Amino acid sequence: MNTTKPRILYCRCAFAQTVPQSTKDEVLDHLCESGESFETVADLCEMSARKDPRLLTLLEGEEPVQVVACYHRAVKWLFHSAGASFPDANVEVFNMREQTAEEICEKILKES
Amino acid sequence: MKNDVCAYQVVLFEGIGAVELAEDQRRQVTRRLLDKGYSVTRVGASGIRKGVNSSSDTSILVLGDFAGNAPQVTSGEAHIDIRTENITGLDVETILAIVEKNRSEKGLGLNSPGEPGAWKPWFPVIDYDRCTNCMQCLSFCLFDVYGVDGEKRIQVQNNDNCKTNCPACSRVCPEVAIMFPKYSSGPINGADVADADVAREKMKVDITSLLGGDIYTSLRTRSEKAKSRFSKERSPDKALDERKRCLTKLQQSGIIPADVLAELDLNSLPSPEEIQRKARELSRLQGAGE
Repeated sequence: MNTTKPRILYCRCAFAQTVPQSTKDEVLDHLCESGESFETVADLCEMSARKDPRLLTLLEGEEPVQVVACYHRAVKWLFHSAGASFPDANVEVFNMREQTAEEICEKILKES
Repeated sequence: MKNDVCAYQVVLFEGIGAVELAEDQRRQVTRRLLDKGYSVTRVGASGIRKGVNSSSDTSILVLGDFAGNAPQVTSGEAHIDIRTENITGLDVETILAIVEKNRSEKGLGLNSPGEPGAWKPWFPVIDYDRCTNCMQCLSFCLFDVYGVDGEKRIQVQNNDNCKTNCPACSRVCPEVAIMFPKYSSGPINGADVADADVAREKMKVDITSLLGGDIYTSLRTRSEKAKSRFSKERSPDKALDERKRCLTKLQQSGIIPADVLAELDLNSLPSPEEIQRKARELSRLQGAGE
């Protein structure tokens, strides 16, 4: 992992209730309060299902990316399923199904 | 499943040349747009590197409090359309209406969650770190969700065909390699696979023994046996009954959820000819792999 400040990608998981609503709301609130730049998508599954070409660009480049979504294994293969590469060394996945909003935000916004 | 939607991106621009939005407005606009199915990029003073796939048509709507007229921005590439809108003094509802109007004017589709009958992205995702290409999923799935690529590698080919809330194929995968990220529990939802999960798969009643043979072989055999009978008493209804009994057996085993089975239109299931074609294809693939 290089030392460049990571980009943040947040998945809303808008098409299902699998991620706790309070967790995804709280993480988004913290992002909005932080003043940081960040990218959000309504639902990575939905994008993967229709092979949205934006998936090809979300993780590209040398910069590290912090993905706030669900399980690492699911996120990795959702990108793969859409034909996008998933550079393991550059991507850190945070899991809103298992981790608390505080835990996630403390890590992704620690340098803000 | 709605595949015809185009790449549409909303950018909330609060960088150089724009005034920062109030926190609450930023939060409300972002949350509401996401929940309608839009992707939103927030650009602050630090900027952001935003990739745009150069080979695909993309529309970008840049919203900002520009304290005057919105600047004109061009991408330099014909297939990337950028439009800017000044949202100075506008409330959240008005901003949402601007986005909806812009997308609508461009004739772009959007999958919107939360509406009655809304499509749900439910489809299998293969973990190729675990998959051994055994083809059990291809053999098992009645709906042609799976296929193979040019190198005879299993892949999800028709995710539209997948039955919502049915994770049956992941349950028959001996390597726990099939995920449904929207499923409630692990490891089907993508959670790490524990040794116990793999052991459980090995103990599971094999679908082959459950049906006295591969489901396609079983159905094919039934079909062949029935041919002579059909020649005397052609009865599509009986054939459908047989198929239904077979599916019911799967449901009773807990592999196919009851509510999914109840929703199935048995008339839309693959025809005996399609099943035989698939069985032949599978035999050919398995023969090639040995």
